[in-house]
Amino acid sequence: MFNQLDQIFVTALHWLVSFVPEAWRPLASSLICIAFILSVFPAVFSVTTIFERKGIGRIQNRYGPNRVGIPFTKIRLAGFGQFIPDGVKMLTKEDIVPRAADKVVHFLAPVVMLIPVLLAYAVLPFGKNMTVTDYDAGLLFFFAVGGAVELSVFMAGWSSRNKYSLLGAMRAIAQMVSYEIPLILSAVTVVMVVGSLNLNDIIAHQNQYTFGIAHWFVFTPWGLVGFILFFIASLAESNRTPFDLPEAESEIIAGYFTEYSGFKFALFFLGEYLGMFAIIGLGITLFLGGWTAPVSFLTWIPSYVWFFTKLMAIVFVFIWIRATLPRLRMDQLMNFAWKFMLPLALINILVAGIWHYMVADWQRWLVCSAIIFGAYVVLGRGLMHSQKLGKRIYRYAE
Amino acid sequence: MTPLQACLLISAFLFAIGFAGAVTRRHAILVLIGIELMLNAANLNLIAFWRFGPHPEALTGFIFVLFSMAMAGAEAAVGLALIIAIYRHKKTSNLDEVKELKG
Amino acid sequence: MSPFFIITAVVTLLGAAFAMSLRNLVHCALAMAVAFSGIAALYLQLDAQFVGFAEILVYVGAIAILIVFAILLTRSGEAPEKSVLTSGWMAGIAVSAMVFTMLGWAVLNSSAIPKESPPAPVATVKNIGDALMTKFVLPLEIIGLVLTAAMIGAVIIALKEESKDETTGRKS
Repeated sequence: MFNQLDQIFVTALHWLVSFVPEAWRPLASSLICIAFILSVFPAVFSVTTIFERKGIGRIQNRYGPNRVGIPFTKIRLAGFGQFIPDGVKMLTKEDIVPRAADKVVHFLAPVVMLIPVLLAYAVLPFGKNMTVTDYDAGLLFFFAVGGAVELSVFMAGWSSRNKYSLLGAMRAIAQMVSYEIPLILSAVTVVMVVGSLNLNDIIAHQNQYTFGIAHWFVFTPWGLVGFILFFIASLAESNRTPFDLPEAESEIIAGYFTEYSGFKFALFFLGEYLGMFAIIGLGITLFLGGWTAPVSFLTWIPSYVWFFTKLMAIVFVFIWIRATLPRLRMDQLMNFAWKFMLPLALINILVAGIWHYMVADWQRWLVCSAIIFGAYVVLGRGLMHSQKLGKRIYRYAE
Repeated sequence: MTPLQACLLISAFLFAIGFAGAVTRRHAILVLIGIELMLNAANLNLIAFWRFGPHPEALTGFIFVLFSMAMAGAEAAVGLALIIAIYRHKKTSNLDEVKELKG
Repeated sequence: MSPFFIITAVVTLLGAAFAMSLRNLVHCALAMAVAFSGIAALYLQLDAQFVGFAEILVYVGAIAILIVFAILLTRSGEAPEKSVLTSGWMAGIAVSAMVFTMLGWAVLNSSAIPKESPPAPVATVKNIGDALMTKFVLPLEIIGLVLTAAMIGAVIIALKEESKDETTGRKS
């Protein structure tokens, strides 16, 4: 019975597609999957905006939005209906385009941001047998479309003919390019151990249980470090605090989307959050076992429930970090990526190789943890030494 | 026209466009864009012959293209660094004005 | 040839033509990115999945961004007032037309092109990895060296030289 509940969406898809004549079946199947993604993930986005505002409010010792129910009805939701008036507001605001702006590029930038982000959802496994397209090189496809987002950031910043937009766009691109490298290197450790770029193969490797606990990669030393590196790099890729210098209000107004209003801003906002969900989904697939359960006596819960639970848990941690940590300055951000995360990611690859070839007992835990701990301490101490943390020296312009 | 001939014609046209741009335009970066288009045309040619030629399971054309892409990336990086260095020296990126070895 | 193939080819060639003929450099760079995505789509139709994804990752994700950064760093963002073509542009166009004519004639009338095409090859990542590690391991290592040398060389060439007359040295 639980297996049927698990595969309910797959059977629903087959049933819907059986109404269509034989030649049109692949097209109908793709269209239904696209409709699924386009309806579920914007709904998750609306729920996330509510949780973000209420969560940040509570951490800052205030209530978030707590009045809006469902408009035009008497249903009281204590603020959880806030996304409906927010959505209507963004859709009906006036669309202002600066006179000196480059009209075509200005118009196309939100579109070019949204399309690769939506394409990235095509390879994520949401449940058992629930991947839209199961490419052989699925992980490469994900990183390839992630790289196309940077072009849209540049288009938005440059076409506004605003020096702050351009500056914000250059900073955002520099940040995204710098943090893509630890992101990809930490994913490479998983690919090395599994031996395949296919995301379903990676989950199949983690779907085994010893003593009731799953073989998730996050439960190994290299997997834990890889997951932490992936997590920090995905914070930077989605321009979230503490890496949100390119779009922070007190720094550069709104960075590369200063000159966007109304529906185009809504598209950028949607694209940013959808990108966040996609990259968290990839992190869950690579390190947290995708749709598998952590302990073997909980495998009766459907696989898609596990995927979305893990997704919302990590989104909650993202919101928590946003409300807690201060922002990094641009040079601190770049130093962190190139001088700390990149060497640590390379050493993590070495440790993953050692783990794979040593015999499975307590010694490999000791050796791998010792190498990682030693690298972390040496890098951390070494970088702090060069910062010269001491009494503050004042320099004047003369 | 077989699919192979269609791909080869597309790649020849792409090469001709890239060549025309690289030889005609004055700005140094546009010459680089033309060179990248020519490299892509050659890669398309290689993949077309890999797909429609004998022994595609040997993967020779495929791997050749992977290495060619890596080399194109390296060459674009060094070429752009050179253009930036020349701009810093001569304050112009116009190829007609960078005619002297002096300076 | 399927209509999808023809549309992709037209988009690619239009993108390349615009990339070489527009006045504004940033528009040229964006048209070039469109041409690269078109070429990636052509690769995907030729059953070369890995190369198609690698093309988007390398060309659109990295080289297009590099070119755009170089355009902004050399202050070429605005369209120039004078002519954008060199003095001998007619000869260039004539030579390129001759090149295309010769190549096209050779392709259409060659007897070396096979008439029937073999079935679609299987280029799984496993086969590519096996080939890279057994038959092509020497080019792989050499490419690693070349990329390292190019990276270090590009940074050194583009590095700002320290001039002798700087009074305040601000380091943070």
